Amino acid sequence: MPLPRPTSPHAHTAGDTGSVMRQVILACIPGVAALTLYFGLGILVNILLCALFCLAFEAATLALRRRAIAFTLRDCSALVTAVLLGIALPPYAPWWLLAVGCCFAIVVAKQLYGGLGCNPFNPAMVGYVVLLISFPVEMTQWLAPRGFSADGAGLLQGLGQVFLQTPLAQIDGYTAATPLDVVKQNKALLLEDLYRQEPVLSLGRWAGAGWEWANLGFLAGGLYLLTRRVFTWHAPVSMLATLSLLAALFYDGGSSASPGSPLFHLLSGGTMLGAFFIATDPVSSAVSKKGRLVYGALIGVLIYVIRVWGNYPDAVAFAVLLMNFAAPFVDYYTLPRPYGHAKAGSGRVKTP
Amino acid sequence: MRKIWDIPGGVHPPENKAQSTARAIGAVALPREITLPLNQHIGAEALAVVDVGERVLKGQVVAKAQGLVSAPVHASTSGTVSAIGERPIPHASGLSARCIVIAVDGEDEWTTLAPCEDYLSLDKLTLLEKIRRAGLAGLGGAGFPTAVKLNPRADQKIHTLILNGTECEPYITADDMLMRERADEVIAGALLFAHLLDQPSTIVVGIEDNKPEAIAAMRRAARGSAVEIATFPTKYPSGGEKQLIQILTGAEVPSGGIPAQLGMVVQNVGTAVAAYRAARFGEPLISRVTTVVGESLAKQGNIEVLLGTPIDHVLAEHGFARERCAKLIIGGPMMGYAMARTDIPVVKTTNCILAPSLEESPAPSPAQPCIRCGMCAQACPASLLPQQLFWFAQAEEIDKLQAHHLFDCIECGACSYVCPSNIPLVQYYRASKGIIRQLEADKQKSDRSRQRFEFRQARIAKAEAEKEAKRQARKKAAEEAKKQLARARDTDPGTLQQKDIATLKKRLAAAEEKFAEAEQAGAPTAEALQRGVEKLRARLQTAQRQGTAANPDSEVRARAESTSESAAQLAIEKAQAKAAALAAMPEEDKARAQIAALESRLDKAKQRLAAAERENSEHITAFKASVEKLESKLREVSA
Repeated sequence: MPLPRPTSPHAHTAGDTGSVMRQVILACIPGVAALTLYFGLGILVNILLCALFCLAFEAATLALRRRAIAFTLRDCSALVTAVLLGIALPPYAPWWLLAVGCCFAIVVAKQLYGGLGCNPFNPAMVGYVVLLISFPVEMTQWLAPRGFSADGAGLLQGLGQVFLQTPLAQIDGYTAATPLDVVKQNKALLLEDLYRQEPVLSLGRWAGAGWEWANLGFLAGGLYLLTRRVFTWHAPVSMLATLSLLAALFYDGGSSASPGSPLFHLLSGGTMLGAFFIATDPVSSAVSKKGRLVYGALIGVLIYVIRVWGNYPDAVAFAVLLMNFAAPFVDYYTLPRPYGHAKAGSGRVKTP
Repeated sequence: MRKIWDIPGGVHPPENKAQSTARAIGAVALPREITLPLNQHIGAEALAVVDVGERVLKGQVVAKAQGLVSAPVHASTSGTVSAIGERPIPHASGLSARCIVIAVDGEDEWTTLAPCEDYLSLDKLTLLEKIRRAGLAGLGGAGFPTAVKLNPRADQKIHTLILNGTECEPYITADDMLMRERADEVIAGALLFAHLLDQPSTIVVGIEDNKPEAIAAMRRAARGSAVEIATFPTKYPSGGEKQLIQILTGAEVPSGGIPAQLGMVVQNVGTAVAAYRAARFGEPLISRVTTVVGESLAKQGNIEVLLGTPIDHVLAEHGFARERCAKLIIGGPMMGYAMARTDIPVVKTTNCILAPSLEESPAPSPAQPCIRCGMCAQACPASLLPQQLFWFAQAEEIDKLQAHHLFDCIECGACSYVCPSNIPLVQYYRASKGIIRQLEADKQKSDRSRQRFEFRQARIAKAEAEKEAKRQARKKAAEEAKKQLARARDTDPGTLQQKDIATLKKRLAAAEEKFAEAEQAGAPTAEALQRGVEKLRARLQTAQRQGTAANPDSEVRARAESTSESAAQLAIEKAQAKAAALAAMPEEDKARAQIAALESRLDKAKQRLAAAERENSEHITAFKASVEKLESKLREVSA
């Protein structure tokens, strides 16, 4: 019998796409833990339900597309989408909201384009933006950082909102504006006074109770992924750098019109989640190191622009989606210089 | 200390070098048969110069180089040439190629060699010719004819000679062991190369730092010489020619160019030893050091093996357990190719025979979709974007592949090695390169035939135009002449009439003379001639009569009639004269002439038939019938 003739190389590193995805999920733990600690179990309920929905939608579309279901589900990419979407949505989000979001993320944004690797947009962010635009009321009901210990009764009421449509907003003290909202709505107070007056800010150290720790948690997870070389530093660092730079430029010392300090912007909303878990999504981002620098920087700019001058309090999803559009264009002009070439050149095909 | 540069990318696969470095370089028993492929190098195939049945001695040339970029082949032991023909060879294609097969007689009898004590005093051309005649081709793996590299163009002054002892591929230790055991010969080879290249200012041997014994041995051997030993961190693929140049000098070989353009030459350490032995002892390249390694072997190590030795013989000598073997790889695990069969020979470029066990080299996992994670781009030593190339290769977007510099890919396999989706990236690039090369060849071909067609069309059009122009000119001239004639006749019809009469008179005189001669000789033509004379006379009378008539129109008509009449007359006269001549001949002569005429006609008919058969014309049967007819007529006449 002839021996098999596979092509070179015959050596291979251990691991597969699934192991990369599992590391990403693992790296979410500190951030999710911080969110849970401050906002209760709602975020975990979100993640669990999203995982359920995402896997179900993925399996169903794979069956329709006649693809190997078990083999594909094992790449864990649907789980990553579920976790990111679950984190981004308000805790104890109603089940149908989660289902709609997961459906859009998995079926429309991912599988209709051809599945993993073929989606031009980040699926979790597509799901999030669809919900944000379609259901603004449900999407802006963020919990007040009451602390994990105070969540005993909250879990039941939260589940009530998830499954029985009894809004938590009707119960006093459960929901509250996020720090980004507070600062955006502020027209009268100096930032210093605002920090003293607003509980969501005064309970925190730098950028609002809960939020700052969640952001630090995601930063820690991101740094872990960096050391594991799951992605390169280019996109997150350039995104955080431009965001800080713009925040510093427009900070104006904390007047009543100030949009907030650089530290405030770095540790508020979805900044760190966006920098390390969304902007680094390889499928929908630019490919080269140079390209990722540009891509990250422009995301940083867009986040700041939309946060400060736009209508939405947070902007990571919009910024990332807009840059997803631009990624192929960025790719053309940011080719690395190959060995033996004097210039990098562009990937554009020159038509004679 | 030499400054060491870093190369972008690179990977660190498990080295697996200890298995084959425990023993000194060994040997295997003489095989029963030696198979020498005619093409073991890059370039034109060598031309066999022995015949089947001929006895050859060890070191004897059995195939000579054809052209400059080629290398001769030598018998690696004594024996009898048993066959010259297609045999499976170690090649990535898995195809067969022309080989000389020698039945080994076991005596291992050398041909006479021409050793030279003081080879450095020989002039360069003689030395270069020695190396060329020894059949040297790069032993590192590519097999480029050594002499060609040592003879750079006059405008390319070589200032740096690099000896490649990097051996960055896992498992392979052939160069490592060679440097450990024969460091002096490596240095001697380096100095020989330097001599041939007009003493470059820098002579450096590059060795990865995972070979401390080899480095120590080389340092010892190089002491006091101009050769420098440079070491650098172990990283695959540092041993690629372009990468090694970048590591040792920081320079980059221009895309599509060769190191000589930078004033550099890179040679493998094994090639240096072979060159030294060729110059010093006159030994041709008939053996090489090869690593035989893998867990399906009971014994692993390096051997000095005769070229042409069947690999199954080598494997058998190393306790090969085929049932444990996952695959047979010629070369290392990163760039080597797997072969389906083991009955292939060791050739000049076989630096490693790797027979891993199933546990050691499990079957590749199924490929998953590319997530563009970019690990490949980080591993690429050529700074390409393998993930983009992969997408374009899948879509066969040729122009984008080229815009993303596909042809700068050295196929080192680092991208595939790190790919978490287990995509056989290199295979996609190889296939795409093949498609592009094929397309370019096709395009060149079609360009040429289009040009040919256009030229032909232009040529035909030109000829047509010329013909047409000539035709027009002739027509014009004829019209002109006609007009002139008419004008002449209009102005002076009398003159013309006079001319006609004069011609007729002349002809009449000639005919009368002929007739008189015939009559005198009593020839049978006399009668016919007389008739001719009479006719001419009658015509002359008519003409003279008409000449007196006044009407010019009737004159012209009469003249036309008379000329056509006279032409017919002439033909008749000619035929009659011929018949008369024939009749005058004696009977035998007549028959002979007839036979000769018939024979010549038959010949012509036969030629026509042959031509028709060649062209496969539709008239073949007609021609055949006419030939048969002529033949039967000829038979009749000659009977």
